Amino acid sequence: MPKNNLHEPETGTAIFLDDVSIRYRLPSDAVKTFKEYVIRLVQGRIKHKEFLALKHINLEVKQGEIFGILGRNGAGKSTLLKVVSKVLIPKDGRVWINGYISPLLQLGAGFHPELTGRENIYLNATLLGHSRAEIDLKLEEIIAFAGIGDFIEAPLRTYSSGMNARLGFAVASAWQPDILILDEVLSVGDAAFQEKCFQRMQEFRDSGATVLMVSHAINQVRSLCQRAIWLDYGEIQTIGSVDDVCDAYQNALATH
Amino acid sequence: MIYDSAKRKHPALEELLALFRYRDLIYQLVRRDIVARYKRSVLGVAWTMLNPLLTMIIMVVVFQQVFSSTENYAAYVLTGIIVWTMFSQSTSMAMSSMVWGSQLFQQIYLPRSSFVLSTILASMVNFVLSLIPLGAILIITRVPFRPSALLLPVYMVFLFSFSLGVALIISTLAVFFPDVADLYPVILMAWMYLSPILMPLEFYRQILNGLLLYINPFYYVVNLFRILVFEGFVPHWQTWAATAFVSFGALVIGWIFFCKKADSFAYHA
Repeated sequence: MPKNNLHEPETGTAIFLDDVSIRYRLPSDAVKTFKEYVIRLVQGRIKHKEFLALKHINLEVKQGEIFGILGRNGAGKSTLLKVVSKVLIPKDGRVWINGYISPLLQLGAGFHPELTGRENIYLNATLLGHSRAEIDLKLEEIIAFAGIGDFIEAPLRTYSSGMNARLGFAVASAWQPDILILDEVLSVGDAAFQEKCFQRMQEFRDSGATVLMVSHAINQVRSLCQRAIWLDYGEIQTIGSVDDVCDAYQNALATH
Repeated sequence: MIYDSAKRKHPALEELLALFRYRDLIYQLVRRDIVARYKRSVLGVAWTMLNPLLTMIIMVVVFQQVFSSTENYAAYVLTGIIVWTMFSQSTSMAMSSMVWGSQLFQQIYLPRSSFVLSTILASMVNFVLSLIPLGAILIITRVPFRPSALLLPVYMVFLFSFSLGVALIISTLAVFFPDVADLYPVILMAWMYLSPILMPLEFYRQILNGLLLYINPFYYVVNLFRILVFEGFVPHWQTWAATAFVSFGALVIGWIFFCKKADSFAYHA
């Protein structure tokens, strides 16, 4: 794509998407095995049916903004988050991100059961892109936040699922992100720990992080966000002030 | 820290830079592979050393009579087994770690070659450990120590490059086609019997005037190892060049192929 077709982000922008489309191969049509691929290649019968998960998305989110994303299941919300966090690199359009983004990683993914809690902190945090020196600085804080006491020297297979999740959250949230993604309602551990998680998220927000909030709860979005988009069929249906978008989305839900 | 999908370098270069940024991750992954492997097993490190020895004993018991003309068949076969074990195990494990890792690639960004590279590095540690039983067998069978063995570190660069190159290719295929994981053991088995691992070199020299050897890249990999530690002389530069050519060739081809496809991994659930 020629560069002069692309727009440039304005100053003070955190997230900038310019005409981004994401194409998946349709699972029903995809060639599943290597054998089949070779056979079809010989026969000259390789064709690709494609499915557009995102269609020509243009989006600009300012630094410090709390931005809502609304839409049904399968509307393209997760795909959009993957594009923003550099997991899916689009072949069409341009993604421009300024700052460190909180990871989308499932809590505790990448943990190893045979390693101790301390060793798993290092493993998990390096997976998230942090260096050894950075982890050394945060280690005590992570251990304290997870609240698992002497278990930190025990192998992870001896942990309860709650301890596992707490350690995962403690690592994932140890570094203040410039862009915070709030994807699902926090449901980690007991009520006291949930309160701690909620507080930490609030701190991030108050210290000026840009927030991308994905939620089904329209009232929550309405009360927290300033602007929002409504996604459906991979397209932006409405973008603008949170009240306009929420009204449009609610109307659409009511008429269906 | 700005990420801009419109301003990207060549994928092969970009992956290299990303690996450098994530070097602490590579260290953690190698450490995990080694620690997890030895933590729970009672015999621990000993298994890495015992496995090739046991295979050697079986081969000697079965084939000693058949290959009686081969001088010191035990040491010959053990050198072959050690190199082959490193290559076949590391590439197979790299493929499974890639399939495991592709779940993570759906969630976060990390250099896509991290898991393959760390698996091969961890296998190199096992390779060094397996040199201990080899040394013991060489002493027992009265093969004198010769200075050519000091060139082993150079050889290990070749073995590492060749294994990494092949691992990158099959790991890429395995992400797109799950049946590659079933196919690869069969290919490995055929490849092993077509390479001078268990049977004497003479046997292969007689087939098609040795053509089977010269078109097989693994021949050059195992041959140099045997010359250095078993036959004990510093080979002609052409022997070095041939091994370097297949090793670095495999690495360059594997690296470019892998990096070109790496962006697509996240599209394949």
